[in-house]
Amino acid sequence: MSQTVAKTVSYSDPIIDQILQQADAQWAASMKVNRRSFLKLAGIAGSGLTLAFSFGPAAFADGEDAQMPQFNAYVRVSPEGKIYIYATNPEIGQGVKTSMPMIVAEELDAAWEDVVVEQSPIGSQYGRQFAGGSLSIPMNWDALRHAGAAARAMLVAAAAKQWNVPADSLRTENSKVFNQLGDSLSYGDLAEVAARQPAPAADSLRLKDRSEYRLLGKRITGVDNEEIVTGQPLFGIDTRLPGMVYATYTKCPAFGGKAVSANLDEVKRLPGVKDAFILEGNGNLTELASGVAIIANSTWAAFQAQKKLKVEWDKSEASTDSWTEIVKTAAELAKKDGDEVVENKGDVDGAFQNAAKTVESYYSYQFASHAPLEPQNCTAHYKNGMLEVWAPSQTPQGAIGSVAKVTGLSADKIKLNQTRIGGGFGRRLLNDYVCEVAAIAQKVDAPVKLQWTREMDMQHDFYRPAGFHSLKGAVDQSGKLSGWQNHLITFTNNGRPVSGGSLSKDEFPALNLENYKLTQTNLPLGTPCYAWRAPGANAFAWVMQSFIHELATAAGRDHREFLLEVMGEPRWFAEGNPRSLNTGRAIDVIKLATEKAGWGKQLPAGRGMGLAFHFSHAGHVAEVAEVSVDANKKLTVHKVTVATDVGPVVNLSGAENQAEGGIVDGLSTMMALEITMENGEVQQSNYHNYRPLRIKNAPVVETHFIQSEYSPTGMGEPVLPPLAPAVCNAIYAATGHRVKTLPLSKEGFTI
Amino acid sequence: MSTINTTINGKSEAIQDVDPSTPLLWVLRDHLGLVGTKYGCGIAQCGACTVHIDGSPVRSCSTPVSAAQGKSVTTIEGLAVNVGALTAVQQAWVEHDVPQCGYCQAGQIMSATALLKANPNPSDADIDAAMSGNFCRCGTYPRIRAAIHSAAKAQRGEKA
Ligand code: FES
Ligand code: FES
Repeated sequence: MSQTVAKTVSYSDPIIDQILQQADAQWAASMKVNRRSFLKLAGIAGSGLTLAFSFGPAAFADGEDAQMPQFNAYVRVSPEGKIYIYATNPEIGQGVKTSMPMIVAEELDAAWEDVVVEQSPIGSQYGRQFAGGSLSIPMNWDALRHAGAAARAMLVAAAAKQWNVPADSLRTENSKVFNQLGDSLSYGDLAEVAARQPAPAADSLRLKDRSEYRLLGKRITGVDNEEIVTGQPLFGIDTRLPGMVYATYTKCPAFGGKAVSANLDEVKRLPGVKDAFILEGNGNLTELASGVAIIANSTWAAFQAQKKLKVEWDKSEASTDSWTEIVKTAAELAKKDGDEVVENKGDVDGAFQNAAKTVESYYSYQFASHAPLEPQNCTAHYKNGMLEVWAPSQTPQGAIGSVAKVTGLSADKIKLNQTRIGGGFGRRLLNDYVCEVAAIAQKVDAPVKLQWTREMDMQHDFYRPAGFHSLKGAVDQSGKLSGWQNHLITFTNNGRPVSGGSLSKDEFPALNLENYKLTQTNLPLGTPCYAWRAPGANAFAWVMQSFIHELATAAGRDHREFLLEVMGEPRWFAEGNPRSLNTGRAIDVIKLATEKAGWGKQLPAGRGMGLAFHFSHAGHVAEVAEVSVDANKKLTVHKVTVATDVGPVVNLSGAENQAEGGIVDGLSTMMALEITMENGEVQQSNYHNYRPLRIKNAPVVETHFIQSEYSPTGMGEPVLPPLAPAVCNAIYAATGHRVKTLPLSKEGFTI
Repeated sequence: MSTINTTINGKSEAIQDVDPSTPLLWVLRDHLGLVGTKYGCGIAQCGACTVHIDGSPVRSCSTPVSAAQGKSVTTIEGLAVNVGALTAVQQAWVEHDVPQCGYCQAGQIMSATALLKANPNPSDADIDAAMSGNFCRCGTYPRIRAAIHSAAKAQRGEKA
């Protein structure tokens, strides 16, 4: 039988590896580097030009590491003309392994064919490495541009020396420097001389004007595509090490239950099983919950043994959540205001008294699972006091911290290798599966791969929180939205509001309205919740944008016109803060989406168009859905027109792919995906009772970008939130039925 | 335990020390090191584990290895006849930049390849039917459809 050796992340550039090790040693001697400075690394003879860059405040760690420089970009131009660019952030399908190096290559004027992209190792010297909040691009935009520009400046200086002409008489294109006579020198030929030039200061660099871009904004295909389509081992689950054994870890079906005893002896006698033991855990579900590990000689043997495992659980502190009860409690609570007043401004009562029309509505939505297609897994090897981990994690640096806590090892005894990730969506921001395999590895004398079954993955997730909104809105005599109040019912885990459950006091439409009141009630919840693609926004957009449509309808007004009026004058609520709504950008995308979709055109009976806008993760997005609904409530989403302003688009192919994916994910989730629990246990277990959308239901998606002058943001999240309200508003237009409960299957719709 | 004699990606294999009821998926991944075939659900719902047995697509998570006895199995690693080359379907996948996370794509490509062999010029409805067993959590469906159409054209010798 053949053995493949684990290939997690390839470092095809040994020179950079070598230089980094030397540099690590230098930095450990604690040299102080000024903020916003570049560091040119000591090159190795014959290796060409190698640069590491630290840039901006984000390049520095807080606390004890404050003196340690952190580098958010690396470039090497080899004498052979290859240009190696390190991608520092985890790739979860959002495309950063391609888009981040594109930014460097643009300023460097590198020919894309010459670029080799490497995934950087995990360590504090690489800056903040994580994939979440659509932040990879905005946090690194400036650093990456300066990195490319600095390398370019050094290559130009080298050429200037060679030709004995002023540097500013030269230009660059396609990995070459040209002089005014039309002669050229390739970057490869210049690399050695360039390495001997002084590294330029950040403020001496001229960044390109957007009109000069040759690469950014183009469609560039993913750098790992060929490996993906030929089935190369890239993912965490593909890790294979010589002598590796396989593990499962069984946790209490009711969250927080503890393993008291189990039929371990019986399990150990099962075919292929090598060991079985209980781990006490540390009581923290995001780290190490109590459970039973089974170690076997294959994944299948471990899975089979897991089915025979019988555990006695101590459920005295376990979750007793019941979705049925939660729904009833929320409906009762919704009849009055919440205890906690989040915001109360203007004169809400007065607005209702003077209203021409008032509308009251109660919206509720479900818990949802991340359900990434690659079930949670992680591989670890504990040997001679050192722990090496191969992890598909969105927060690899956080994982090291959690593993240190759980194992009692210091962070320098833990080495983490980042693998490609078969879907994140927020699930892999937490590192419970990493902690589990670390704790298991400490008890096993071999490399061990922990593999969760799909059932484990679905029943031990950190879910998108459900929510309930009791809304009241007022329209004045002139048909204008004049008052808004909302009582939000959400949850706490261990006394703390769940992630993505609460509305901030500035959340739309708070800042747009004079009279606005928001109260909140928190119900204690044992089921753990956490960030799920576009946290908060993924549900709030549906509520707010559906209710605005209700109010527009009550006022007898066109939805588009009403929504534009709510936006009001173009203004940026917190000038300069990309996370603050800019109504001018909102108006532009609403106009563009409606214009492209043909808003207002005549549609046959049973067919309708719906509009929604949402601002999240620094992205302004408007969408128009065109749907039809037949007599049996069968829904067809024909087309979704997306207009988005996320600043300049880095990789058009990646951005369009994210838009399409966000629409499909949004539709999938609103249609029929629902997590419920009774007696503290999640009732769905696999894709047969948590059924995502198939290809035949995927709508046509048409995406339009407004490439504004603002800084860019990621496309992984902001497109998803407006989809649900756009579809529900279209259902209303088609049928007169207002959807108030998600998923749609609850109201009898099928797709 | 008996020996299972089968051909995998053109190479004969005598698989020993494996219970014949073990799903083909885990024999491929754990015993033979062919990890391109993915585990997603284990219950024939997601299609991530799709391989060909004698040219027909099967869900290897729900197919016992014994079903491969005397048959020829093709996995994503063996799709292109020559190492390093891409088939028309794989090529179309790269050009349309289909993958996001990429985890489902081996299964998608295996299903698409089987579809195009049976039907060199599939309509959208044919694609819907043949690809309905393959789930993409990232939602790359619009590109999968486009890539299948252009692979079909390329295979027929037309310009994509
Ligand atoms: S793993 Fe076989 S169909 Fe999902
Ligand atoms: S590309 Fe991620 S599941 Fe399909």
